[in-house]
Amino acid sequence: MTTQAARTREATQATRGRSDWAALPARTARPRRPGWLAPQRAISARTRWILRALSLLAPLTAWLALSTSGAVDPKFLPTPAATVGALRDMASSGELLTDTLASVERVLLGFGLALAISVVAGFAMGTWRWALALFEPVIGLVRYWPASAFIPLLMIWLGIGEPPKLAVIVLGVVFFNTLMVADVVKQVPRRLLEASMTLGATPGVLIRKVVLPHSLPGIIDAARVNAAAAWNFVVIAELVAATSGLGYRITRSYRFLQTDKIFAVLIVIGLIGILMDVSLRVLRDRVGRWAQ
Amino acid sequence: MTLVLDKVAKDYGTRRVLDAVDLTVTPGEFTCVVGASGSGKSTLLNVIAGLTPPTQGTLTWDGTSITGPGPDRGLVCQTGELFPWRTVAQNVSFGLELVPISRRERAQRVAWYLEEVGLSSHADVLPGKLSGGQRQRVAIARALACEPHVLLLDEPFSALDVQIKEDMQVFLRKVWQDMGTTVVMVTHDVEEAVFLAGRVLVLSSDPGRIARDLPVDLPATRPLEIKRSPRFLELRATVEDLVRAEHRAHEARDG
Repeated sequence: MTTQAARTREATQATRGRSDWAALPARTARPRRPGWLAPQRAISARTRWILRALSLLAPLTAWLALSTSGAVDPKFLPTPAATVGALRDMASSGELLTDTLASVERVLLGFGLALAISVVAGFAMGTWRWALALFEPVIGLVRYWPASAFIPLLMIWLGIGEPPKLAVIVLGVVFFNTLMVADVVKQVPRRLLEASMTLGATPGVLIRKVVLPHSLPGIIDAARVNAAAAWNFVVIAELVAATSGLGYRITRSYRFLQTDKIFAVLIVIGLIGILMDVSLRVLRDRVGRWAQ
Repeated sequence: MTLVLDKVAKDYGTRRVLDAVDLTVTPGEFTCVVGASGSGKSTLLNVIAGLTPPTQGTLTWDGTSITGPGPDRGLVCQTGELFPWRTVAQNVSFGLELVPISRRERAQRVAWYLEEVGLSSHADVLPGKLSGGQRQRVAIARALACEPHVLLLDEPFSALDVQIKEDMQVFLRKVWQDMGTTVVMVTHDVEEAVFLAGRVLVLSSDPGRIARDLPVDLPATRPLEIKRSPRFLELRATVEDLVRAEHRAHEARDG
């Protein structure tokens, strides 16, 4: 089989299956295409930055164009300039600061409480099979009750002061965070625990020196996801019954049809959300440097 | 201390994995356990480590029974299982943090073990940055730092490239000779077993029993070249035939 003809045949001959099978339909190698539909295809740094800028600039431009064109009543869609003006007015009157502080305080308290409960409960569920069996079914069910649906009930139970607002945040976050923490804690490899035991680790040592450090980055990740939820719930709680806070400011502006103020508050809510997310991400990257 | 297994059996559900294992491991001995897959060799090591209790039989140190895992039986498995958030030095230090010794003494001991495994320059590196061979060195140092009566190795080199694996074999022989540790190692690599051990146990399958207990009469100093010596090749062939026979029997039973 050293002749030219034989080699050519060898080169073109495909793998054969059963002898009585027909060959598969012919497929020709396709020419290379741009292939932006190919999954996980790399893009250039320049393209990435252009798309990122577009992602923010496009909606801004659309807002600017739509609001200044006169096609939409400014009562419905304030111009960016009017929004910035409203923001400045609220800042100089001091109401922006008091509202922001009121909301941030509620989030810190409510989310802090929810974290304290859910990290302990989730840690227990992830560590001990008995705790998982005891709590997972009920939490799995309860978390589907929307926390916002509890606002009337909570006001009946807890009055109309701060407690029901904090309770909404806690209810909205605690069950999801518990299950997420439990999942993270369950990920500690069995072999790692076994290796630790053969180095003399008792259950207490395992929890303190193995399970906790292994889970910490994941616990922060879970907190980051649920911080966004907590921030949503505070605004919802304030929409219904409050005399301060960013949610309250939205309700109040609605009564006077001040859409520019509502837009201004939405921008502030967005900025604070981004700030919380970024700081938790920085914390996570610092704590979980080993996990990268 | 002498480790004695007396008629040890282990069942998983209704399946018997180990049966009637009688074994005496004398101090300073290097024992390798070989067997085809399904012979229960890893189970045997887990039983000795105390990670899983035997269904029948007893496990004793000089007559005192062993009931759970402890630092007297350090275990190193195929993946090493280092603490990824701890540096190399902190990994080696783990077991020492659990005994009442001064911080200074702990640091000295850690430094000494890192020196012994040739990783002093990597003391402050996280395990993620290490090669497979380096990781296993750290795992071995971490177990040795607890001064175990026996070091248990569960296929510690089977995930490594051939050349690195041979380096690690030479390294392990050296560590064993330096420290006089008792070693029980499980491997499926017959060549590795014969090169390292003073005694090779061949396990049979379904259930695992000790089919042969073979002394390795090679000189104590073993350079890699010994793997080409007639006596080595002869021993290797003997063990390989035994393992293969057990494997065939296992396949035949499985139908």
